Amino acid sequence: MCNTCGCNITPGNRPLVMAEKPKNGVTTISVLENLLSKNNNQAEHNRAHFDAAKVLVINLMSSPGSGKTALLEATIKRLRDSFKIAVIEGDLETENDTQRIQAQGVPAYQITTGTACHLDAHLVHNALHHFSLNDLDLLFIENVGNLVCPASFDLGHHRNVVLLSVTEGDDKPAKYPVMFRAADLMLISKTDLLPYLDDFSTSNAKQNLQNLANAAPVIEFSSKDSNGLDDWIAWLLSEIKTYTELLQTKKTQRPKVQQEGQFFHTSSVKPKFYPINTKITPD
Amino acid sequence: MHELSLCDDLLNQVIAIAQQNNAQSVESVTVTIGALAGIEPSLLENAFSIIKINTVAEFAQLIIRKVPVTVLCLQCGAKSEVLLNHLLCHVCKSHDTSLISGDELVLASVAFFV
Repeated sequence: MCNTCGCNITPGNRPLVMAEKPKNGVTTISVLENLLSKNNNQAEHNRAHFDAAKVLVINLMSSPGSGKTALLEATIKRLRDSFKIAVIEGDLETENDTQRIQAQGVPAYQITTGTACHLDAHLVHNALHHFSLNDLDLLFIENVGNLVCPASFDLGHHRNVVLLSVTEGDDKPAKYPVMFRAADLMLISKTDLLPYLDDFSTSNAKQNLQNLANAAPVIEFSSKDSNGLDDWIAWLLSEIKTYTELLQTKKTQRPKVQQEGQFFHTSSVKPKFYPINTKITPD
Repeated sequence: MHELSLCDDLLNQVIAIAQQNNAQSVESVTVTIGALAGIEPSLLENAFSIIKINTVAEFAQLIIRKVPVTVLCLQCGAKSEVLLNHLLCHVCKSHDTSLISGDELVLASVAFFV
């Protein structure tokens, strides 16, 4: 639809798109197809699966070693009696994380990406064949530890959670804006280490997140002393409630970053072509 | 580091368009990339120069048009061109802003000889 009504032409790209002029012997056609459309179409397909089975899917992203698996272990301990949970683990190598999750008594499937630095919608779709989605309430996707690439790939999930461990420094949101802009929740992890650090300020970290025009909530968390665990569980429960209500009105949930902007508009549209010279008036 | 796989999808789109239009060879491919798209233009250029070999786009030039990050202030209505880690309104300093350009990752046009 968007290519028809032109709403995927943003103020930023309008002059670039419309300025194309045919040269001698060369035909130019305007396309306006998102370069990630193959992934995005697969992601929409995944999301339809999740919504049909009423499974809220949370994408966990962070640097390697910031405590994603420890967060999941604590979460599963708290929620496994009330919700049916499963985890998809993404790592370059080893099944260590899957074994840690399975030890908590919930199904987990490991995607070993080899050298790939992120999960994409196709990898997640293949992993889904190892679960019975209808038996689940909550699915966590623990993305490959990386603050760059995973941010660009829609997996069909509903919410992005980005972890920032206190040893990484409070300026990470400023250094990795693409990632932190995508966060629906920023979780500052390993807060039990704060007394040993003189260079991490949670207020600076929050300010750097705000500077990205991201008003996402921030939760301080430690898996060692369970600081913030109640807040995190409360956030999850409220997200489950919101998602359930959306489904009842035949809507789905999307990460906030996808709800605005051109990325969303071109995510699932079929390309339509027309000669550019019929669309412009010669000077 | 995912520029190569992205480039593969780009090339497939270009080849499909070329076939639909009975193109003999592709002259240029224009993409628009926002500063917040998470794609490094120089890496995309390198990847394209490798991946296009032995295709209809072998002699195609990749034209990358960079789009600056622009936000609309939801408080005062001003539009500001901003740094990618500082998406605040330049006029009233509010962080209640909405991105209006800068996250594009779009195949804008394909030029070819018929």
